[in-house]
Amino acid sequence: MAPILEARHLVKQFGDLKAVNDVSFEVEQGTIFSLLGPNGAGKTTTISMLSTLIKPTSGDALIDGFSITRQSVEVRRAIGVVPQEIALYEDLTAMENLVFWGQMYGLSGQALRARIGEVLDQIDLRDRARERIKTYSGGMKRRVNIGVGLLHKPRLLFMDEPTVGIDPQSRRAILDSVKTLRDGGMTILYTTHYMEEAEELSDRVGIIDHGQLIALGTQAELTARVGETDTLILHLGENEDPHHLVEALATIPGVLKVNPLDSQVSIIATSAEEILALVVGKANELGTRIHSVDMREPNLEAVFLHLTGRALRD
Amino acid sequence: MDFKRLFIIAFKDLRLIFRDRSALVLMLLAPFVLTLGMGALTGRFSGAGTSTFEDIPFQVVNQDQGELAAALIQVFESEDLAALLAPEIITDPVAGRQAVDSDKSAAFILIPAGFSASVLSPQAPNSVPPQIEFYENPTRPNSAGLLRSILDQFLAQVEIGRVSAQVVVTQLLQHGLIAPAQAAEIGKKVGVNLATRGAADVSAQIEVNQEVNEAPKFDILAYMAPGMAMMFLMFTVTYGARSLLVENRDGTLQRMLVAPTSAANVLGGKFAGIFLTAVAQLLILIGGTSLLFRLQWGDPLAVWLLILAAAVGATGWGVFFAALLKTPGQVAATGSAVMLLFGLLGGSFFDISILPGPIQVFNKITPNAWANAGFSTLSAGGGLRDIQPNILALLVMGLVLFGVASVWISRRGLGRK
Repeated sequence: MAPILEARHLVKQFGDLKAVNDVSFEVEQGTIFSLLGPNGAGKTTTISMLSTLIKPTSGDALIDGFSITRQSVEVRRAIGVVPQEIALYEDLTAMENLVFWGQMYGLSGQALRARIGEVLDQIDLRDRARERIKTYSGGMKRRVNIGVGLLHKPRLLFMDEPTVGIDPQSRRAILDSVKTLRDGGMTILYTTHYMEEAEELSDRVGIIDHGQLIALGTQAELTARVGETDTLILHLGENEDPHHLVEALATIPGVLKVNPLDSQVSIIATSAEEILALVVGKANELGTRIHSVDMREPNLEAVFLHLTGRALRD
Repeated sequence: MDFKRLFIIAFKDLRLIFRDRSALVLMLLAPFVLTLGMGALTGRFSGAGTSTFEDIPFQVVNQDQGELAAALIQVFESEDLAALLAPEIITDPVAGRQAVDSDKSAAFILIPAGFSASVLSPQAPNSVPPQIEFYENPTRPNSAGLLRSILDQFLAQVEIGRVSAQVVVTQLLQHGLIAPAQAAEIGKKVGVNLATRGAADVSAQIEVNQEVNEAPKFDILAYMAPGMAMMFLMFTVTYGARSLLVENRDGTLQRMLVAPTSAANVLGGKFAGIFLTAVAQLLILIGGTSLLFRLQWGDPLAVWLLILAAAVGATGWGVFFAALLKTPGQVAATGSAVMLLFGLLGGSFFDISILPGPIQVFNKITPNAWANAGFSTLSAGGGLRDIQPNILALLVMGLVLFGVASVWISRRGLGRK
């Protein structure tokens, strides 16, 4: 299937800081593409460029065949944006917000009313549509925030961390609605720093860190990069120095990589179960107190750890 | 230019500001209350009169019973001033003062015994002549002021008569036309004649002045209401400008900027929203004061055009501050200060002609000064031709400030950083 989005060597520089550095990827129609990375990795800047809010310092992208640098109005007609913050008018009702944003996208009259009805059903807020946004819970606001992005039936929907700061129930509802949208034929570019969300939703994933796309592919392709390895994470006691352990742990047979960070040490090994006893023994020998231990099978978190030496939420 | 989306944004802003109760209090209630309060302070709502300077009630006690006291009372009771004054001749000074203290009267005038004699007869060099007492009602400064001006004109005329009589008698004596024994008698007759004839002129003069003042029925509220409206208009425009930065902070500005319209349209919509709110505020205040206080604002077409021009000028300042400042809090704080400063400089509280010359030049940067002067001209009977410079100045002010603000906002990349 032809890509609806083709990003080519996107760069965005703010003064001396390269927020996005030579990012290229494609998104096929009717799929969910996740940009996974920690806070400050460049996800929002990438979406801001793709949605024509800011101009790239260099590079370009084609969306539905239109250039983001030369055909911004055509691009804007094809896309919908669900920003990370709740970009709504708190003193207007949900209905009034939807009417305003629908009109901004050129909808009017019966078509607008009908579409608002559909969206209210999608976000399950028809009964409370005439209440002011400021009376809503955080989860309800998030749903209206998403509803605004869906009003004009965009071909490509950008969703920038849409589950930040909401309760698990609302989060579950949003993730389900994203999958429903994809199943209805919409293409979605989803940014998150939650590995679980990317794993659950994505057809393809791009891992971004320090403005650079460091890995790109399906989930299977990405986890294959770390091979048949496990990750063992040691959470150390207070005031323990993780660097103290690195040299000793690296000598244990089966250990492939040791990464110290703050009060924890992550160990990539052929088998976590086989090295666990030896790791604890070494720690005891060196007088280092271990608070708890996590064992993880290959996943996107491990991929990120493998590639950067850091955990996603660091 | 996509005017449809521009007005969609503008009407959204209009709706939002009219939903904000605290903003409405400052936009509409505060100017009404202040106008009412200042009207009450100046006696606009006191007494039975429905229009200003009609049937001004006051008491006179005549303890003199001389020629000049009679002449003064004759002035007060003259036909020429019958519609303007409602004097009551009483005998008890205490009752006269009580009437003032209880706000039943605008003033009390006591003509002391010996007043006429002190003026018309030679006085010992160190003697203090009896003075007319004028006891005024501070809650009716305009009515009392008018009475005092009538009294002052009468006394000035009396003084002219007295001096003239002295000159005439001296000349007659020097030329041997009268004997020294006749001098006092002749001087008194000439003085009384000149003073009382002049007193008759006082009523005619007041009549003339009254006609000048009352042809358009000068009303203190016609001065205060536009002053208050213009002062609080500055609050409205800075509040509107603040909304641009609030939208930038909350992400709705960014959301508008990724809709299929240009950035110029979005900015134009925000400016139009502030302008529409300003026009709505002025219309409500002008309509409200017309209905509640029966205020005559003047030629309706000219008033309309002045409202639009004032809104353009004030909106220009609003967007200028939004472009200049960085946070909504800064705009709110600056807006309050500017509202008061422009109100003071622009004549919302007092007649700016009393200010020093340089300040009178400097205050031309305020929309208040131009608009207040325009509204005063119209309420005094002026027409569109008379306020053309005011309208032009307000439009130029607004357009220059729009231009500067647009360039600055564009350079700042508002909504894009």
